[in-house]
Amino acid sequence: MEENQVKKLVLIGGSAGSLEVLMHVLPELSTGLAFPIVIVLHRKHSDDLTLEELIAMKTLVPVKEVEDKTVMTNGAIYIVPSDYHLLFEKDGTLALDASEKVNYSRPSIDVVFESAADAFGPSVIAILLSGSNADGAFGCSRIKENGGTIIIQDPKSAGMSYMPSSAIQMVEPDMVVDMDEIASVINRI
Amino acid sequence: MTDERELDLLINEVYEYYGYDFSGYSQASFGRRISRLMEVDGFKSFADFLSKVRSEPEYFKRMVEEITVNVTEMFRDPAFYRVLRTTILPELATKPFIRIWHAGCSTGEEVYSMAIMLEEANLMHKALLYATDINPQVLETAKKGIFPLRMMKEYSENYVHSGGKNDFSGYYTANYGFAKFNERFTEKMVFAQHNLVSDRSFNEFDLILCRNVLIYFDKQLQDHALSLFDESLANLGYLALGTKESIKFSSIQKKYQQHDRDKIWKKIK
Ligand SMILES: C[S@@+](CC[C@H](N)C(=O)[O-])C[C@H]1O[C@@H](n2cnc3c(N)ncnc32)[C@H](O)[C@@H]1O
Repeated sequence: MEENQVKKLVLIGGSAGSLEVLMHVLPELSTGLAFPIVIVLHRKHSDDLTLEELIAMKTLVPVKEVEDKTVMTNGAIYIVPSDYHLLFEKDGTLALDASEKVNYSRPSIDVVFESAADAFGPSVIAILLSGSNADGAFGCSRIKENGGTIIIQDPKSAGMSYMPSSAIQMVEPDMVVDMDEIASVINRI
Repeated sequence: MTDERELDLLINEVYEYYGYDFSGYSQASFGRRISRLMEVDGFKSFADFLSKVRSEPEYFKRMVEEITVNVTEMFRDPAFYRVLRTTILPELATKPFIRIWHAGCSTGEEVYSMAIMLEEANLMHKALLYATDINPQVLETAKKGIFPLRMMKEYSENYVHSGGKNDFSGYYTANYGFAKFNERFTEKMVFAQHNLVSDRSFNEFDLILCRNVLIYFDKQLQDHALSLFDESLANLGYLALGTKESIKFSSIQKKYQQHDRDKIWKKIK
């Protein structure tokens, strides 16, 4: 139990143009990482399985199904299901929420990031990728306020620069990275 | 973010003043709803918020509404309704009488969806739909069966995906931006305030739906609610939950058999 306690948490958020980035990053992730990775992407309702399958196909890191009150374990990937917001309990339990959309999105990146900041404070490392709306920017600043780390995909290398640029305007990121660097950054955490 | 001690204080005061017990709600969700409410209503301090909740029952009502999230749709998750339509209802059809409980029915979209399916299966004459919620306001809306007309396009698409073959617009009359569902549906419904935290089982049912309600509870309260459903289900009756909810790891699990990979369980013991 001890070694499975979540001490660090990596979040990856993105919208338009971020799936390509993930397809590039995922195969290079090491197995046995000492933290869970939670991925939140904007997508249309009901293509759940395809996204999970797509991600599972590209990585040796186990992809676990997210249901309400799923308990996170280290070294696994969790994908936020479509049409729900995802929240974190302090004990590492995931709670789903079907309340109103935020930034026209459910799941919303802000909601995931803010909840992680509240539950895990300085242990949160968030990576924000390509996208064409500003979801995620507030979440990044909340993570920063609570002592967490912010990594943002270089808007110049992003398929859609609006999401990473908006976040950079709101917070000073700890790192701005190219698509090629993301996997090694995660592996080194 | 409201801190934990503040939330505990609020929960205690609310219980003392109004008798509602929110201590079993998911902390993450409860905290987020309260922060959101304070922000929307422009509270600068938690103390101000607390004193308003305490002194103004009307404002307390607003708080309950905000915490208990009543977002809903007709034929939400069409694939789920398709399974009800094609396998569960035909099985219930063999019974002389069909009692259904919608626990946490919100404004009733789910209940009217069920009524439409029952009618299409020719079961309406022997069915009764009990619809309950903690929040009396949403029940008022549900009783009227009046929903925004602008939602009908989406609902009618959901209806078609659920296997509906009729002209969906035939089920309501449109007027001034609202769709009023036919009263023959409402006549088969019984509405009542019922709190899953503190109220008891009140009848025996053949099918219980409780969708997207348990996600707002912690594990312990979920288990309490599931036991209440278990007590209220007839043998071989069905329990249906939301797409991301489960009876896995609960104390009632061993008495139930899951229907394929759907969020529908049959009581077998
Ligand atoms: C998100 S809605 C779900 C509506 C519908 N079942 C659906 O899936 O679309 C949640 C509902 O649960 C109700 N609820 C929350 N806590 C409750 C409790 N303790 N007892 C009964 N109903 C409750 C809320 O008032 C709200 O209407």
